Amino acid sequence: MFKSLAPPDYLATIDREKCIRCKRCIQNCGWNVYSWGGDKVLIDTFKCVKCLRCYHYCPEEAIEIKDNPTKFKQNAYWSFNNIKNIKKQAETGGIPLTGMGSDMPYPILFDNLLIDACQVTNPSIDPLREPMELRTYLGKKPSNVKVEKTKDGKLKLAEKMPPQIKLDLPIIFSPMSYGSISLNAQKVLATAAKACGIVMNTGEGGLHEDLFPYRSNIIVQVASGRFGVNPEYLNAGVAVEIKIGQGAKPGIGGHLPGEKIPLEVAKTRMIPVGTDAISPAPQHDIYSIEDLRQLIYAIKETTNYKPVSVKIAAVHNVAAIASGVVRAGADIVYIDGFRGGTGAAPSIIRDHLGIPIEHALAAVDDRLRQEGIRNEASIIAAGGIRSSADVAKAIALGADAVGIGTAALITMGCTTCGKCYTGNCSWGITTQRPELTARLDPEVFGDRLTNLIHAWEHELKEILGALGINSIESLRGNRERLRGVGLDSFTLDILGVKPAGR
Amino acid sequence: MNHNYQKDISGCGLTGLISRKRRPISGSEIVKSLCLMTDRGNGLGAGYAAYGIYPEFKDFYAFHIMYDEPTVKRTVEDYLKSNYHIEKVEEIPTKAVKAIPISPMLVRYFVSPLKERLAGEQEETDFVVNTVMKVNSEIDGAYIFSSGKNMGAFKGVGNPSDIADFFRIEEYEGYIWTAHTRFPTNTPGWWGGAHPFTLLDWSIVHNGEISSYGINKRYLEMYGYKLALLTDTEVVAYLLDLLIRRHGLSIPVACLALASPFWKNIDQRDPEEREALTALRQTYGSALLNGPFSVLFGHSNGLVGINDRIKLRPLVAAIKGDVTYMASEESAIRAICPDPQKVWAPRAGEPVIVNLED
Repeated sequence: MFKSLAPPDYLATIDREKCIRCKRCIQNCGWNVYSWGGDKVLIDTFKCVKCLRCYHYCPEEAIEIKDNPTKFKQNAYWSFNNIKNIKKQAETGGIPLTGMGSDMPYPILFDNLLIDACQVTNPSIDPLREPMELRTYLGKKPSNVKVEKTKDGKLKLAEKMPPQIKLDLPIIFSPMSYGSISLNAQKVLATAAKACGIVMNTGEGGLHEDLFPYRSNIIVQVASGRFGVNPEYLNAGVAVEIKIGQGAKPGIGGHLPGEKIPLEVAKTRMIPVGTDAISPAPQHDIYSIEDLRQLIYAIKETTNYKPVSVKIAAVHNVAAIASGVVRAGADIVYIDGFRGGTGAAPSIIRDHLGIPIEHALAAVDDRLRQEGIRNEASIIAAGGIRSSADVAKAIALGADAVGIGTAALITMGCTTCGKCYTGNCSWGITTQRPELTARLDPEVFGDRLTNLIHAWEHELKEILGALGINSIESLRGNRERLRGVGLDSFTLDILGVKPAGR
Repeated sequence: MNHNYQKDISGCGLTGLISRKRRPISGSEIVKSLCLMTDRGNGLGAGYAAYGIYPEFKDFYAFHIMYDEPTVKRTVEDYLKSNYHIEKVEEIPTKAVKAIPISPMLVRYFVSPLKERLAGEQEETDFVVNTVMKVNSEIDGAYIFSSGKNMGAFKGVGNPSDIADFFRIEEYEGYIWTAHTRFPTNTPGWWGGAHPFTLLDWSIVHNGEISSYGINKRYLEMYGYKLALLTDTEVVAYLLDLLIRRHGLSIPVACLALASPFWKNIDQRDPEEREALTALRQTYGSALLNGPFSVLFGHSNGLVGINDRIKLRPLVAAIKGDVTYMASEESAIRAICPDPQKVWAPRAGEPVIVNLED
């Protein structure tokens, strides 16, 4: 057989003088890059994905993973990936797959937005001395409240509020199914969600019984494959999400290969062991907005009116779509930008379909306000939230909360290598191989993820303090406190943000 | 929804008083109180609002309008004539003051909406609000700066004593007064930018910077308010109008929405009250006024003073007899009431609510 003409991305190298032949690299690599040659470790660098598991577990610091300096001839038009993909496709006739969010150099609007701070005319607030509130409630809000006074002069609500999901801070964990990630990875999310007073989302993979104790911190998802869906499942969490689309692969479905479907995953999804789990591109009972309304209300009837979230990918016409979703009865609209992660997607789709979350969020928030229905649903913005600054900027643009997926996985060891679809994740995250998933201790990494969320919480409080406001709702949609740098006037107009200096 | 606006920022001093028994109090009192706080203004804006000053026209909306030039006046008057019965028109009485060499044309109209112009079930007050919004946002060079019944605002660019002389404030007698001196930090020059800011019977004087302005503005726009002035004070007035007049909240409950208690305090209440306060915050999060402020707002039945949630701006209150005083500084109260029965600093976020006796 031919050796592939697509050159390897990375060169795994071992300093032979430092190597003590302990073979830990062989044990740790999920990709079979290393093997034992009798007297030394052999390297098949074509298999290397630069996940750095071997690097971290080499006791002698003998391993180095270099970007392959050998490239095709420099060409400003034909990029390395263009040529490589053509060679691969010529060899296989297939669609190159990928994982994670798009790494293409499209503009990143978050990096062109700057946050305001107080000077003189209003005092900044020290979050270590003064209360600083991040509590957020997701769900439909009435436009006004009726309050009456009881005989003893106390306030009483005259009309009950619609159900709300309480978050201690405006962050949730984005949907990642059991199957696409390991049960241990879901346990990390669940323990951290509980510790931080936020929620995780099951994704379309059902709910494993080990997660039942965390049900008050879980949103369950219903998607086109309907895996694991039954009345008990729908009632298992605090809310139900209908997934219409995903930012990384808008308009296409999902395919979890049979290799990632061992017994436990099969049981949870309610499908046979080892069969491919196919999520169709559309939901075949939703061909239009009125069908969505029927499903929303079918779920509400089944769950005694828990909040229903509808997740849509950020596509060109997202504002009108979101407006329709809200009018169809959704309590939450979850918008996933094109940078959003995925366990598996054709790279041609991931890299070329959809729009950034910054544009989509701004357009949706504007449209719902223009139509006077912004209070009817909460907005969750997701798809490439990298730091608490991104969180603050998204909230200032109009989000009630943000979803984070990749950032959560990074706390578990992920290096965004993008090979989630192979099921070989050496960190035990996006794999079902027991020898690999056993590496991910839910307690240890639950603490790390909790640390991350607490760290962002502190940072958000510092940002609010600098802004001179002591409650997150005063940042939400407050675009007056953002300025754009290096953005054209059309983009500023879409974002509803002034240029810096004005 | 235009976002490309330049927001107005200023520091300030404010003072107000109310006679619960509706006893007429001369404008000279409030002028004396305001003029004491010289450090709190820089001569670039001052104003007064008084209630009970037009008893003979108390059933008519008193529109105080400033015009930049006569052609605009004709446009506005044509509009008013086709929508309102006009009981009386007159120039707002002024006096030549050396420090105020130029001023806009200032005219007041006592009007009532023509019944046939009210669409269907439309409330008269909504009709008046629409007129104010339309004139202020659509007709360049005209600005309705007062639109309530039996009350009026008088304001302009100048220091408090010159503005008082100019508008002959000492000749009015009212049972509620509020007053304001400005310290703008950016280019001044527009008479409409001074306080009090009013809408219908609401009049607001405000010291501070509403750091939540951006979302308060967008929230109000969803309910049809047009924010023409780009001052913090404007959002306070419109929020009060929305919450109290249109949503029917009582004044104390509206104050709980605008300067809401912290979650840690809400969580400690008994279940029923906790549920009500939680619902208020959930629903009115975008109406929360955040950032430093002290505000006095007058209305047809009383006067309210309120601070932000952590009291970043001063507010002092005092009582003597049937009169309650509130001001940025105690000295401004003692200037006109040397021996009050009680003086106190209202706690952060807790309103002082004084209602007129029937």
